[in-house]
Amino acid sequence: MDELFKLPVLLGILYSGIRLATPYLFAAVGETFAQRSGVLNLGVEGIMLMGAYSGFYVGMKSGNVWLGLLAAALVGILMGLLMSVISITMQAEQGISGIGLHLFGLGLSSLLFKTTLGSVESINGFKPVRIPILADIPYVGEVLFNHNLLVYAAFLLVPLSAWFLSKTTFGLKIRAVGQNPQAADTLGVNVIAVRYFCVCLGGMLAGIAGASLSIALINLFQENMTNGMGFIAVALVYFGGWKPYGVLAGALLFSFVNAFQLWVQVLGIKIPSDFAIMMPYVLTILALAFATKRAQQPAALTKPFERGEN
Amino acid sequence: MKSTLSRMLALVMLVAILAAGCAPAAATPAPEAVSTVFKVAIVMPSSITDMAFSQSMFEGLKKVQAEMGGESAMEIAYSENLFKVPDAAAAIRDYADKGYNLVIAHGSQYGTSLEQVAPDFPNTAFAWGTSVDTFQASGINNVFAYQAEAQQGGYVLGTIAALMSKTGIIGETGPVDAGDAKLYIEGFQKGAEAAKPGTTVSVTYTGSFSDVSLMATAAETHIAAGADMLTGSSQSVVGAIGVAKDKGVYWFGTQWDQTSLAPEAVLASQVYDWSGIIKDMIDSVQKGVMGGKAYTLTFKNGGLVISYNSAITVPAEVKAAADAAIAGINDGTIVP
Repeated sequence: MDELFKLPVLLGILYSGIRLATPYLFAAVGETFAQRSGVLNLGVEGIMLMGAYSGFYVGMKSGNVWLGLLAAALVGILMGLLMSVISITMQAEQGISGIGLHLFGLGLSSLLFKTTLGSVESINGFKPVRIPILADIPYVGEVLFNHNLLVYAAFLLVPLSAWFLSKTTFGLKIRAVGQNPQAADTLGVNVIAVRYFCVCLGGMLAGIAGASLSIALINLFQENMTNGMGFIAVALVYFGGWKPYGVLAGALLFSFVNAFQLWVQVLGIKIPSDFAIMMPYVLTILALAFATKRAQQPAALTKPFERGEN
Repeated sequence: MKSTLSRMLALVMLVAILAAGCAPAAATPAPEAVSTVFKVAIVMPSSITDMAFSQSMFEGLKKVQAEMGGESAMEIAYSENLFKVPDAAAAIRDYADKGYNLVIAHGSQYGTSLEQVAPDFPNTAFAWGTSVDTFQASGINNVFAYQAEAQQGGYVLGTIAALMSKTGIIGETGPVDAGDAKLYIEGFQKGAEAAKPGTTVSVTYTGSFSDVSLMATAAETHIAAGADMLTGSSQSVVGAIGVAKDKGVYWFGTQWDQTSLAPEAVLASQVYDWSGIIKDMIDSVQKGVMGGKAYTLTFKNGGLVISYNSAITVPAEVKAAADAAIAGINDGTIVP
């Protein structure tokens, strides 16, 4: 086990963990907004796939990854809008409509991939941007400050969202709508509009999460490439107690343990690979079991809003 | 609330219809001449463009179709991305029910389902891979089995990798420690260690056939540990190939020629050519033999091919060592 605690290995875990956490951060912080406003969107996975596809396709055809990112964000907003219409305006059961949205995104992204691309190709995605001075810090500088822009954006999103939710008037409205929509309504808050905004914002971030894979981290699109990440992102919101910093902690725990278990295998430490693969999941479940703070769950989560009903 | 419920149901149905319409299950329409056309259906765990396991079989079918005279002689229907066994089992039964002559269950996880379905359709031939079990022991006579001797190509590619590595460290990354991936990865390891004793070969498994992101991270980890030659198995390796390209190390492909993904990084691939096996199965069925044969892909029968990337120069002595390994495998002096 000694070889695991050498500097290159620890730096390797730090580097890979940060990259692995990036799509989870976008998707889970986005989902935090939706859930804080009272909407459980289980369709994150489908939105991520649509974002990954559209980001890749537009990025490849235009030769400009920024346009790809814009396309992924717009498609994410559209998917969020679809979820909003179904679950907020038409008041469909949120869990079921989210699963429908997932299947829709999965099927549509595969269909579009088949008709427009046909085979897996790679593109030149966002290049690493070395931050001067900070990247010169011995050892950790290169590992922390030589990433592509979407990685920095994902980590900046956390304090920004925490501030927005807890310190701004609009953030207060979001929390009120998720906690007690009737009361918020009486005070003149437009419950429906706030929920639409949050679900669409969550959709946009899920779209960007998908694009962070297809045009920044892996730089290709393959059918169903998100492989359940969207559902883990939903779980991370619960894990994080509906707080951006909690989501960050969960995403980092999951990603670091995943990076760690790969090193365990690479170094040939005699643990069955199945056990190593299980580690991030087991730890996450344990952490969930010991750190449940159900009290923080938005009281109106999954409950559709209808004026005058109580 | 009643209207809400009905609206909800309508929407769920709409979404389901949309999703079903978009689901990638394309069946080629039956051509006019019904009596002579040989109808083949295949159920696959990943997509026909996966650059790996499913694509190799689908391209094999298309090759045989072209040789037989196109769609009027042989019809191909396929269902892809059926990684989950219950879905695949339903599709297998469906195809048999619709009168397909040969139904291929292209995934080792489909075995137990096939064992249940095959006896219900004695006039349909089934094929199952990768496996060597035709279920004859349990009294079933209409199942063919097929397997690629993936360790053979693994051994040869491992030989090339060990001889070309400057660091003496090689990284291998697979989905699960079983089946085709295990055969390949262990063969590769054996070949590398035999070609250059002292070569370090590290192996990782990600636990998933489709987790592109974790596969990419596994490749990153191998490179950070000093590997300059990488290989891996499953459709998720496309993520690892991208990393190899970015970090300037070489990649060895298996199952399908992966050169087009990264012409500067993919040095050589072991390609599965299933067409010989498919032709023999069709011949057998036409003669009335519905199963009972177990096939293997080997260098000897031409089912395995090493495809070099012409854009990367491989020293003549390394190619000679690879050829010697193939010859040794063929005459039995090397057992990978």
